[in-house]
Formats: sequence, C-alpha cells, structure tokens
Amino acid sequence: MKMSRNFLISFALLFPAAVLLIAFTFYPTVATLIDSVYSTPRGRRPAAFVGTGNFERMVADPVFHRAFINNLIYAAVVIPVSMGLALAMALLVNARIKGRGFVRLAYFTPTILPMIAVANIWMFFYTPDYGLIDQFLRLFGWGGTNWLGQSSTALWALIVITIWKLAGFFMIFYLAALQQIPPTLLEAATLEGANYFQRLRRVILPLMMPTTLFILINAVIEAFRLVDHVIALTRGGPNNSTQLLLHYIYQVAFNFWDTAYAAALSVVMLVLLGLIALFQFGFLDKRIHYR
Amino acid sequence: MSNNRASKGTELAVNLLAWSLALFWILPLLFAIWTAVHPPSYVGRFDLFSPLTLENFIRVWNAAPFDRYFLNTFMLVTFVVISQFVICTLAAYAFAVFPFRGSDWIFMVVLVQMMVMPEVLLVRNYATISSMGLIDTIPAIALPYLASAFGIFLFRQAFKSVPKEMDEAARMEGAGPLTILWRVYVPLSKSTYLAYGLVMVAYHWNNFLWPLVVTNSATTRPITVGLQVFSTVEQGIDWPTVTAATLLSVSPLLIAFLIFQRQFVQSFMRSGIR
Amino acid sequence: MKWTSVKQTLLGSVGVTLLALSPAFAQTNITFFYPVQVGGPLTDVVDGYVADFHAQNPDIRVEAIFSGNYTETTTRALTAARSGNPPTVAVLLATDIYTLIDEDVVQPIDTFISTDEDRAWLDGFMPAYLASAQVDGHLWSVPFQRSTAVMYYNKDLFAAAGLDPNQPPRTWDEMVEFGKALTIRDASGNVTQYGLGIPSSMNAVHWLFGALVAQNGGQLSSEDGLHTFFDTPEVIGALQFFVDLSNEHGIQPPGILEWGTTPSDFLQGRLAMAWHTTGNLGNIRTNATFEFGVAPYPGNPEPASVLGGGNLYIFSGATEEQQKAAFEFTKFMTSAELLADWGVQTGYVAPRDDSWETETLRNFVAEVPQAEVARLQIPDSVPEISTFEAARINQVLNTGIQAALTGDKTPEQAMRDAQAEADRILTVYRN
Repeated sequence: MKMSRNFLISFALLFPAAVLLIAFTFYPTVATLIDSVYSTPRGRRPAAFVGTGNFERMVADPVFHRAFINNLIYAAVVIPVSMGLALAMALLVNARIKGRGFVRLAYFTPTILPMIAVANIWMFFYTPDYGLIDQFLRLFGWGGTNWLGQSSTALWALIVITIWKLAGFFMIFYLAALQQIPPTLLEAATLEGANYFQRLRRVILPLMMPTTLFILINAVIEAFRLVDHVIALTRGGPNNSTQLLLHYIYQVAFNFWDTAYAAALSVVMLVLLGLIALFQFGFLDKRIHYR
Repeated sequence: MSNNRASKGTELAVNLLAWSLALFWILPLLFAIWTAVHPPSYVGRFDLFSPLTLENFIRVWNAAPFDRYFLNTFMLVTFVVISQFVICTLAAYAFAVFPFRGSDWIFMVVLVQMMVMPEVLLVRNYATISSMGLIDTIPAIALPYLASAFGIFLFRQAFKSVPKEMDEAARMEGAGPLTILWRVYVPLSKSTYLAYGLVMVAYHWNNFLWPLVVTNSATTRPITVGLQVFSTVEQGIDWPTVTAATLLSVSPLLIAFLIFQRQFVQSFMRSGIR
Repeated sequence: MKWTSVKQTLLGSVGVTLLALSPAFAQTNITFFYPVQVGGPLTDVVDGYVADFHAQNPDIRVEAIFSGNYTETTTRALTAARSGNPPTVAVLLATDIYTLIDEDVVQPIDTFISTDEDRAWLDGFMPAYLASAQVDGHLWSVPFQRSTAVMYYNKDLFAAAGLDPNQPPRTWDEMVEFGKALTIRDASGNVTQYGLGIPSSMNAVHWLFGALVAQNGGQLSSEDGLHTFFDTPEVIGALQFFVDLSNEHGIQPPGILEWGTTPSDFLQGRLAMAWHTTGNLGNIRTNATFEFGVAPYPGNPEPASVLGGGNLYIFSGATEEQQKAAFEFTKFMTSAELLADWGVQTGYVAPRDDSWETETLRNFVAEVPQAEVARLQIPDSVPEISTFEAARINQVLNTGIQAALTGDKTPEQAMRDAQAEADRILTVYRN
C-alpha cells in the first residue's frame, strides 16, 4: 500500500525530468551505442554492421592514443591545481588583506569572460617576441619562446588557461564554505595551541569536504568538457600535442563526418567518465559526513 | 614582541601573495581594456602616451546588435535556471522522500547521465529539436539542458539532510507533498540552490557550440555566438576589435558585479554550501 | 561606382524580366548559409544584397544566415541536411566538394542551366576557379568568395637591408638570400626581425604548403580526389625546404607560426616577408605604418600560388521550386557587378574576368595597385588540395608537416607516414 503510494507520487514528480532525460540524453546515448557498431553511412553507401571494427580501429589509431594520454595529463594537472589554487585564493580573501573587494573581483573575472573571446587574448599573451609573456621575459634576457608553437610547451600553455578559468570560479564555493565554519571551533583549536596549518588540516579542511566533493565533480566534468580554447587556439596541433578526447570526437564527428567512429570514441569516453563517476559517488560519498 | 614582528611579516607575505595572484588573474581583462581603447597600430605597445580612442567600440557597436545578444543570453539563462530548479527539485524530491522498489537503480541511471556531454549528442539532438519545429528559438537552446542529473543529485543530497521530524511535523498539520516540499525542503536547501544556480549561470553564459548550431538569427543568438563573428581568425586576429567586442558584451555583467558584489558575496556566504 | 548604381543597372536588366515572369501570389522561401571570414560589419553588406534581390524577385524570400567560419558553416549545413532540414544554398569551401558529393546532399549546377543567358553567365567565370568544381562530368558549385595566397613584404625593411624595394624575390634561392639580409639579431643573439614567415598552424598549413609543392614542381592530390602524393620527391623536397628556412637558414621563426597572428607579426615589423591570403589586403593597408608591397610567389624554378576560398552550393534536399529560386539567387550573387563590389568590400578575388572590367574594380585597382597582383597570379595558381574525406586528409598532412617543423620527425619520415595513413583512408573510395 505504502509502496504503491510512493510509486505514484514519484511517478508524477519524476515525469517531467524523465521525458526530457529520455528525449535528450538516453535516446541519443543508446543511438550512439548502436552507431558505434556500424560503419558511417554516407550518401552513397548505407551503414553496415561492423561489430567491433570501430574499436579495433581505435586501438590502432595513434591520434586517439595521444588524445587519451594528453587528456589524462590535462585532467591530472588541471583538477588538483585549480582546486588547490581555489582553496588558497579563498583562504587569502578570507584573511585580512588590503583591497579585498578588488582581489575578489580579480579572481572572479575569468568566470565572466567567455572562453571563446578570451582565447584570443591569451593568444596575444603567448605570441613570441611582442606577446605579453615574451615582453616580460625579455626584461630578464629570456624570450623568443613559441609557447603554442612547439610540442613541448603547447599543452602546458592550454593547461594554464584552463586553470586560470576554473580556479577563480571554484574559489567562490570555498569562500562560502569557509564563512560557514563556526568561529568557536577555530577558537577552541587555537586555545589548544594549534597553529594555523594545524587548524587548517584538523578543522577547516574536514569541514569543507562536502564542498570539495561538489567542486571535484565540477572539475572532472570541466577537465573533459572544456575544449573551446583548443578549437580557438591550436586545433590539436602542433603534431597532435594538444589533442584532447572531446576535441578529437568533435573533429571526427563534425569535421570528418565519420559519425560511427565518433560514436565509438564517445563510448570510450562515456565508460571512462562513468568509472570516475562511480568512484566519486560510491567511494568518496561514503567517506564524507554531511552535516 | 618577536611574535608581533613575525605576524607583521606574515601579513605582508599574505598580502603580497594575494595581490600578485590577483594581478595575474585580472591581466586578461586589463589587457582587453588597454587594447580596446587604443588604435589598432598600437597593439602590443604598452606606451603610456599612446593615443586613446573609442573608435573600436563604435565600430563594433555598429557591426552587431550587442544589446539584443545580451538580452537573449539573459532570457536564456533565466529560462534554463528556473526550469532546472523546478524540474530537478521535483525529481530529487521523489528520489529523496518517496523511494519505491527500483528507485535507487533509476537514480544510478540518472547519475550516469551526469557525465554525458551534450556536445557529443549534437547531431541527434539537432534532429529532435528540428522535428519539434523549434530551430532558432531560445527554448531550443535550453531544452537539452533542462533535466540536469547534477541538479537532481545535489538537491537529493540536500533534501536527505533535512531532519525527518520537520517533514513529519508538517504532515501532522495536514500538508500535502507539494506544500511540504515548498515549505520545508526548499527553504532548508537554499544554499544548494544558490551554488547550483551559480554553476549553471556560468555554464550557460559561456556555452557556445550548441547555441551556434541551433540558432539562425540575431533575435535568438546569445552573446558567445555573437562574439564569434569578431573572433574568427581566417583573416588574422584583430585584437582591438575582439577586445572591444568582448568588453561590450560582458560590461553589463561586470558592472552589475562591481555594484552588487558586496550583496552577492554576502548573501552567498550567509547561506553557505553544504 | 557605388552599390546603388550597381543596383540600378541590375534592376534595369535581369530584374525586370524576372519580375514579369514571376507570379506574384506564390512565394518561395529559401535559406542561405554563409560564413564571414573578414570579421565585422559584412553581415550588413550581405543583408543589403539580399534586400536588392528581394526587390527584383518579390516572389522569393531569402533568409540569409551568418553561420560562423567555414568549418562551422559546413558543420551547420551538414548537421541540418542530415536531420532532413538542409539550407537551400550555402557558401562552403571549394574543397568540401568531395565530402558533399559523398554525403549526397548537393545538386549539380549544370542541371539548372537552360538558357543562353545561363550559359553566358557560366562562361564568365575564370577557368582556374571552375576547374576544381568539376567532378564526374558535373559542375557542383560556382565560385563566390575566392582568394589566393600572396607574399606581403615590407619595403622599408627591404631598403634598410640594402635591397631593392621594388624587386621581391623570384626564386627560392633569392628568397633565402633576401631573407638572410632581412634577418636581424640583437647584441645577445636573439632574433628581433625575421626575413620570412609562412604560417604553419593547423588551420592553414596545407594551403600554403600546396604553393611550396607546386613551386617545387609537384602536386599534393590527384584530380579525381582519390590519391595523394605526399611521399614523392617534390613534396618531401618542399617540406625539407620549409624546415630548412628555420633550421638551416634561420630566416623563419622556429616552431609553428600561427596563421591568426601572422598579419600582426608583419605589421609589427617582426616579419619582413609574410605569406598570407589576398583577403588580408584591407587589414594590412589600413594598419601598416610603412610602405608595403604585394608580390607574386617565387618559384623553384616555376612560380606558383594556390587558390582558396568558398563556392556557392545548392542543396538537393530542398523542393524543386526552392532549388530553382536558389539558382536565381546564385546567379544574382555571382553577377559581374556584385562580385566586383564584394571583392572591394572584402578583399576577395572576383572570380570573373568581366568583374575586373567593371568601373568598381577598375577604380579600386587604380587606387590600390597591390590588389591586381592576385589576379595576375591566377594563371600560375593551382587548386587547393582536395580529396575525399578532405578534412581528415588535411589533418593527416598538417600533422605530418608540423611533426617535421617541430623536429619530431624528419621530413621524409613525416611524409611517408602521412602517405600511408592517407592511403588507408582513401582505399575505401577507390573501387
């Protein structure tokens, strides 16, 4: 009796979300799964069943290997550094510093500036010789570095932009969480003789774990989703050194029009993200105590 | 005494660190302002005495209806965020308060969606929108994003942390499920709504690829797509134009943030995020 | 001659005839997708053309849709076509031809040709530009906004280096020799001015490399779009030369030179000679603080440049009536006067000889003699690399070129790998 009442209420409550999710996520996702075992239909040749053919191609595709490894490096650097910087920024802004309003605004500006416009500004920073970074380095006798134009530095140049874009945004959430920590807890810790870093480790960080999880989920999504600047600045070059998974999928699907191979690539990416999601919810969620 | 000097030193270090980070973070905006108010031939020359001009702004303003683009983005973001609040709240309420056999399983399926990038599903979604006859409308830009698994996850989390006694007390007074949701659960989860709302405003303010594909005219195009006209690099980048266009399009938000930043940050902090 | 008088001329001739023929009650709606490559207010210019077309053809409604750059416009057009809602007519890259045929979404232009007037219109296009649109005995598109690559050079820097400012290099050897004279180092050995810059970023390098290959007597792809010749001695030699410009001769900046920043590199005096598109003439003219020249490309030994730009395609998914309306619109957009006006407004090369006879363009050339270089170079120009799976083949080629330029591979190894990959991709299409 109770069961069926819950079910009826749930059904009504879930209905709008379910319709939208099915229409714009599940149906296209299932269609993608099916597409991945067929060949790409061209106007002159219909799709044919190829089984694991697209996946075998992927195993042999050096560009996919590069994209995969690059994306892991990208995520492994962007996620912790942007989160760490966000925390540091929040702590700094929360401390008694001069011109707090300006500093806070400065940290927040990347959130307001759309990536598509900002990419061109960063291109100027990275331009050799008269670009901003080179003009600065020249004061110390260095310079002439083609940051976006050589395989060894291009990915790192993009990572810096991503961190710049994300850290200030995440800071807001840490800042809000910091303000929620009861001052009495910190005072008690101080009375026990704990110094700043001990207070940070024992009191502040544990209390901010839920915020950290929230930010972490966003950081993971962004580390795989944010490729606007790759499209605007390098298109994966030089020599695939800035090729990232979603950018490669975008290229294969919308420049090469090989939808079947793009579908197979998407399946791999979905599995990868699914595993990360399971880890986040299954493992981390249990270790965090919600207030 | 020595303690005092040490803390003075720390204070200086903290200030120095905060300000150098701040300068680095605001540099692109400063560069945009500098470049936009100087003639094109002065790009890259940071000479204090280079002539000032408003010509870049005038040229850009005449070239594209930025007021319209801004209005479009504003309507889009408002529509998306409000709809998401309603749809995700209802779904999260079901998962958190009215579990039924299999509802955990369904919830897991919903969570998987959280990681599905709408960008990957572009072609299919375009076909769906097209068959609904919605191409080149603001709802078309919004529809694929309205049911957000991330929102459902967050709101469910928030609702679960609401004490059971409050729910029961309201029920004793004869309140129905929707009344309880509105009177008890939503007010107690205000901070989650604020945090999620901020993420979504930022996301849709910056979103580019999908709006580019589904919009056809200036009356629906959001700012990011409008800006793309000026960012195209085929002919070489014209930094004064790009920066002037960027500033014009973000200035309403920037000015609003400057005026209201105290209120914004305070209300955000008062509510906190769990 | 301003646009208003263009309007009147056109109204006087074609327009009136069409008006008389068209029934006023039935209106045909067509959509027109176009990219704007020269950022800024050009959407207004296109809207002006459309308004004039409406005045002449009250029974046709054209919805002109600006749709990003070339890549984005192709993306939008194909996305729309695949979901059964294609544009009626679109400006897409000339090299998209095999992709569009393969997707079976475009209608050959020759199927619309019926009158002598149509034939006369078609004969007016420069053969060099029509050639690349002909496949399988059909003409699939007509040239609209076309360009070619040229060399911009800084006359002041030429004079400062003791070179004759009116004598740009005619051969590779001269280019290297001049380049060395034009490359300047400061006291600590840093280069402050490079002799030459050929952009090598992902979005451009296959285009300019095509010119290098043609100058070296080779070609990148076959006319049927089924074969590439990346591992031939001419192509490898051209790449070796490209790499040597930086490594051996030190006259070109090392690493990848970004297409988007090359014009400002040139304007800043960082590059004394720069390879870019004719479409950049307006920008260089307005912003150069020095005397500049536009030169045709050098040769090794035969000079050659490469053609580029976009054509008008009519999509087959539309109704017959819409396609007919689209054809009228296509003819309107490619009339001698309109192409001349568009060329002046944008810097594109008008692809019709009769456009260059118009007062509009003659006045322009008199004012800006550099504009004529592009036209004079066209007989020496080769089409851009164009194959089936064009975007993917270009990507393979570009990655190979970049691997050589960044020193990851030798030119020979890079081109052999690229050829193997291209063969793998094109095999499917060869039977």
